[in-house]
Amino acid sequence: MYPFEYLKPADLQSAVKSASASGENKFIAGGMTLLPTLKLRLARPDRLIDLSRITELTGIRVEANRVEIGAMTRHADVARSAELRRALPALAALAGGIGDPLVRNRGTIGGSIANNDPAADYPSALLALAGIVITNQREIAADDFFTGMFSTALKSSEVITQLRFDIPKRAAYAKYPNPASRYAMVGVFVADTATGIRVAVTGAGPCVFRVALFEAALAKRFTPDALEGLSIPADNLNNDLHGSAEYRASLVSVMAKRAVAAALGG
Amino acid sequence: MSGTGFGASVPRVEDYRFITGQGRYTDDITLPGQAYAYVLRSSVAHGTLRRIDTSAASSAPGVIGVFTAADLQADQIGNLPCAWHTTNVDGSARFDPPHPVLAGERVRHVGEPIALIVAETLMQARDAAELIECDIDDLPAVATIERAIAPEAPCLWQQAPGNVAFHWRSGDLDATERGFAKAAHIARLDLINNRLVCNPMEPRTATGAFDGGKAEFTLYLSTQTPHIERLLLAKATLRAPESKLRVVSPDVGGGFGTKAQHYPETVLVLWAARRLGRPVHWAADRSEGFVSDRQARDHVTHVELALDAEGKFLALRVDTAANLGAYFSTFGPLICTFLYSSVLCGNYAIPVGCCDVRGIWTNTVPTDAYRGAGRPEAIFVIERIVDQAARDLGIDRAELRRRNLIRSDQLPWKTPFGFEYEPSDYPALLARALELGDYAGFEARRAQSKAQGLLRGIGISCYLEAGGEGPSALYLASGGGVGMFEGATVRVNPSGSVVVLTGTHSHGQGHETTFAQLVCERLGVPIEQVDIVHGDTGRVQYGIGTLGSRSLALGGSAIAMAIDKIIAKGKRIAARVLEASETDVEFQSGRFSIRGTDRGLAFQEVAFLAHAPAAWPCNEIEPGLEEKAFFDPPNFVFPAGAHICEVEIDPETGKTRFTAYAVVDDFGAILNPMIVDGQVHGGLAQGIGQALLEQCVYDPDTAQLLSGSFMDYTMPRADDLPSFTTDYINFPSPNNVLGVKGCGEAGTIASPPAVIGAVLDALAPLGVTDIAMPATPHAVWQAIRAAAQKGLAVPM
Repeated sequence: MYPFEYLKPADLQSAVKSASASGENKFIAGGMTLLPTLKLRLARPDRLIDLSRITELTGIRVEANRVEIGAMTRHADVARSAELRRALPALAALAGGIGDPLVRNRGTIGGSIANNDPAADYPSALLALAGIVITNQREIAADDFFTGMFSTALKSSEVITQLRFDIPKRAAYAKYPNPASRYAMVGVFVADTATGIRVAVTGAGPCVFRVALFEAALAKRFTPDALEGLSIPADNLNNDLHGSAEYRASLVSVMAKRAVAAALGG
Repeated sequence: MSGTGFGASVPRVEDYRFITGQGRYTDDITLPGQAYAYVLRSSVAHGTLRRIDTSAASSAPGVIGVFTAADLQADQIGNLPCAWHTTNVDGSARFDPPHPVLAGERVRHVGEPIALIVAETLMQARDAAELIECDIDDLPAVATIERAIAPEAPCLWQQAPGNVAFHWRSGDLDATERGFAKAAHIARLDLINNRLVCNPMEPRTATGAFDGGKAEFTLYLSTQTPHIERLLLAKATLRAPESKLRVVSPDVGGGFGTKAQHYPETVLVLWAARRLGRPVHWAADRSEGFVSDRQARDHVTHVELALDAEGKFLALRVDTAANLGAYFSTFGPLICTFLYSSVLCGNYAIPVGCCDVRGIWTNTVPTDAYRGAGRPEAIFVIERIVDQAARDLGIDRAELRRRNLIRSDQLPWKTPFGFEYEPSDYPALLARALELGDYAGFEARRAQSKAQGLLRGIGISCYLEAGGEGPSALYLASGGGVGMFEGATVRVNPSGSVVVLTGTHSHGQGHETTFAQLVCERLGVPIEQVDIVHGDTGRVQYGIGTLGSRSLALGGSAIAMAIDKIIAKGKRIAARVLEASETDVEFQSGRFSIRGTDRGLAFQEVAFLAHAPAAWPCNEIEPGLEEKAFFDPPNFVFPAGAHICEVEIDPETGKTRFTAYAVVDDFGAILNPMIVDGQVHGGLAQGIGQALLEQCVYDPDTAQLLSGSFMDYTMPRADDLPSFTTDYINFPSPNNVLGVKGCGEAGTIASPPAVIGAVLDALAPLGVTDIAMPATPHAVWQAIRAAAQKGLAVPM
């Protein structure tokens, strides 16, 4: 780790102000990606701005039709929220399957969304649920938020404050973990929402993406069988030590079916 | 059995300190004035080192010293030795390349040490390392055996053309050819034994100190073999006399074979401590471990088994290429030759055989021992070819094994490779395992799985292990550089407490418990009054250390022999005090008494009298009660057994799940059943890791390590493993004092072929006939798909 200046502001305004100072500034939420990167000397920020003291960024609020989750809410809190488990069980279950207990006790939903790791779980939920990313500056629809591998629509001094989800009719997430890292090799989030069926895939490609083919099929008939014989091209999928692009393409179909089955209570 | 003696499952006495954070590992020891070392390593796999400029690093904040190969040469630090010699099949000597502590002119693998930076803090040392300018001209590199032996392959050592380090042979080629000429069927198979990274929980760590006034070195080191380290430092590298060298290995968090080598960093911290007049501490981080801990396995083998018309084995032919890495590691060539051949015939009555091994140089981390060391590779070869023969001939796998297992009345059996198996009952072990794994009822379970769209398979593995390394005579005659006996001192204090000093070392095995049980059993002393001391050459006279399932067979035997001497002396003292004849004194349950009378002395009373010898002249019975013994076995021990593995595969994802795993072992006498079960479980985890999960991968073009972290190298986790069912049918070993056979490596040796056998059995209906380790979900999925594309699949 290289030396850096460490700030831990108590309110959002000072955090954002610090981020406009000269040099490379990094917000740190749970640090579950940033800290290992720093320890391996792969990043050299001048300043870390720790968001964990800003109380307005944490908490889960469940209303009749929607759920709001503060950006600094830890995975463990999302996983064990009784309200959320009733209102949006797919999201609570997803959070409970991230990393291990140590990661879940540190990692945050906002940090995961902002980092947009191609194998992270949360981006698939945000995209499939047509969630809204609320920042200190604006609201961004999920479809406009993820722009590529580790990149998002966030500007340099923009901070996610909240994530908002409309409660779907039904939804489920099915993950096939990478055997080594246990990140998603392929994770498929399927949601039956007010605006239609949405299927989002993480782990398989350089960035989370939707599968229009599956969505159309499921819109006609929301059963695993509806996806029988359907597959996505392997062309732009990840190909690494753990799985070829073809394997991932196959897993996308398999996990999508399993997610649909789970959403149906199977 | 209750109590604390032989056969009791005494809870591990060392666990209290481990689970309460009071263990004391090398990294926990901070010496006054300690400085911190960082090793700059090569980032390229093969290259010519043109120039190293350390000037900027030397003047960086906090830096105390920056050293390169030139500094080592100036101080006449020797190269790292190889302790195992092999002779080529044509009788010629092999070329032993120099293995420098720091690379001087050429680098040959990623991770090879180039410079040592010592600073006030580790951060300062790391910062300074980034200021070192290294000009390395890249050379073409090779990582795999296949590429290394190809024509025009880049050559690592000019004196070893074609990258062949040696060509070793064991067995009788002519007799084997004659056996094959008689064959009704020949089974053939090409096998790869995947390369592994050992990954002990505690990374390698070393702290060196030098007392300038007395010119004495002290080394704290996470090692399995403190006395061997001292020997190699004295004879080969540091070249200081053993009398000036003390090696302490305190608590060590796992060794698995990879902490039994003489590593560059060990030499560097001691040498730098002398140069700088300050203790120097080095600890690998996990990333460094991946590119510098000795790696393991990595064989390519062609095997052929000749059978007669009844399925009897006639002859075995094995041709193996073993990836040595870029240098000979301390015991590297031992593992892939002598130890490999020790159980290559498995538990079968194979009359003749021939085994050729070519050691191959590649631009990778040197390979050496890892749990099982050569024997997992051998059992994988024999068990896979037996399965293949069964498949070829349409004979049930268990039945073909039964026809060929060495019967108990044929033991001791001498193999074509010169090893003599000890008494056991291999057919009984297999029969019990088949029963425990309900082999007979398997097809019904396969049908149940099939109904759910899943593929179920069952695998069988018979195994034995040449453990208890090793008989010095055999070792020294076969290429070894040192005697392999083990020593012990048993010291009885005046009030009757006992200290045992052993040359073995415990890094997870639980010796503080098991060795204490031996003392409880034999001297009747409460376990709280027994202390086991190991891992300190300043306290323990001599020993080899812990590797090759040898600690109890050899170290325990030496302790038992020393205890016998204690009892003999106790009898003399008791006879004297009780005014009886020495031959009338017996020792039982902690009491010396005159046979047939109620007159006697407690062990504690004799211990005290031994230190208060008023009643007799010192020249008749020396004061004190301390005895030393050394044990060198006449032969290896050969623990044996059978594994039955059952798996269920999800054909959609390729994921393999265990439904059952049954193990039956013959470990001879069992001292602590709970610890033995634990050793079997741990061994199974590592064998299953090799079979399904672990794979060390280098880029074939650049020889960069691709699986260099736990993000990419799959260590087995608890949820990857089943609950194991274990049972024992024990036949005491005649080859040591205790009748024990050693249990540390058995699980790792037997499990890979059992697992792969089960996976292939599950996939057989789809037309899959082979799969390489590790059989990852991706590999299984690919195998299913390839078979389907060839139209081999039987419709589900």
